[in-house]
Amino acid sequence: MMVVSLMNESNVYLQDLSRGIIKENPVFRLLLGMCPVLGVTAFLINGLGMGIAATAVLVASNVVISALKNFIPNQVRIPCFIVVIATFVTIIEMVLQAFQPVLYEALGVFVPLIVVNCVILGRAEAFASRKPLFRSLIDGIGVGIGFTLALGLLALVREVAGQGTIMGPDPDSAIHLFGAGFEPMGLFGQPAGAFIALGLLLGIVNVLFKRFKIQ
Amino acid sequence: MERILSIIFIYILVDNFVLQRFFGICPFLGVSRKMETAIGMSMAVVFVMTMATLVTWILYTFVLAPYNLEYLQIVTFILVIASLVQLVETTLRKISPILYQGLGIFLPLITTNCAIMAVALLAVRENFAFGEAVVFGLAASLGFSLALVIMAGIRERLELAKVPEVLQGSAITLITAGILSLAFLGFRGMLTL
Repeated sequence: MMVVSLMNESNVYLQDLSRGIIKENPVFRLLLGMCPVLGVTAFLINGLGMGIAATAVLVASNVVISALKNFIPNQVRIPCFIVVIATFVTIIEMVLQAFQPVLYEALGVFVPLIVVNCVILGRAEAFASRKPLFRSLIDGIGVGIGFTLALGLLALVREVAGQGTIMGPDPDSAIHLFGAGFEPMGLFGQPAGAFIALGLLLGIVNVLFKRFKIQ
Repeated sequence: MERILSIIFIYILVDNFVLQRFFGICPFLGVSRKMETAIGMSMAVVFVMTMATLVTWILYTFVLAPYNLEYLQIVTFILVIASLVQLVETTLRKISPILYQGLGIFLPLITTNCAIMAVALLAVRENFAFGEAVVFGLAASLGFSLALVIMAGIRERLELAKVPEVLQGSAITLITAGILSLAFLGFRGMLTL
């Protein structure tokens, strides 16, 4: 009995973790939090940095909101969630500014805009405010990984096609993938290319989901 | 005067908030299915965005900056926007029930529209003077409305088009937005502040 209940328990956690990455991937399946997804993905480093910053806020706010869920009155829960999220965004903004000034400059106004990222408020409302603390933590990590993966994938496509490099824009770290004769497709570095690349990626994801019959 | 006019021109066409800066993508994809809802949303956004820029600019310049409280910017701005939306909703219901009914569900949705927060933050970051900030808010919201209304017009036609099965829904919407953004790219570099 003991073993069975233990297995069931770890199964729940595994589900909490994987749901946000695949079945309910915030970007590819739910189309939430699209502004940073399109806005900062011209370079892989910026995309991943944004993903990690948003994940940190998401995990922290999920934990705090889940811990406070019995003390937050139902009528004013949304303002309460927003204040918790805004606090963590302020912390992340200060941390980035202090330790990653280059990344902070590159992400620009999208760092404070994490506060209106609907993925984070959505998880607070749909999950953290109802479920126990540890499950909310796992859920935050799962959704965060899913979000970061999506950002990384789109940024990889855009950087390779639009610049012909990986790990740019800093010339010291940039790795040129193609020879000197390579003409990058400037479109993918432009805003228009972000929309088109994401649209095509969504199509590919749809094909994969159909192929492997994931609902 | 010249500066005011160029702010209007830049943020409606050259640096369109949705198509060039990627603010407010969620409502742009969410409510552009029908022309009617797109127009409703646009009206609500024009109203709230202009008001939000006005209030947050005053708050930042006269309260946060003099007392070195800039780090409270994010918390203050989001609370101002949330309460402003609530205020607009309540006032409209009393003063103009017709307009209120027209805007309907779009008013509460605006709180999570990142374009509003972006306008408030950028107005401060770009060091706009008071009048410029308000015009900036108005122009940005008009740019948002323009993109939304054009998109709604295209999507109404798109309903009738034959789209490959895997691209149906959001994928083709994004690709359409990409082509629209490409068209706006033509304004790039025409004018800078």
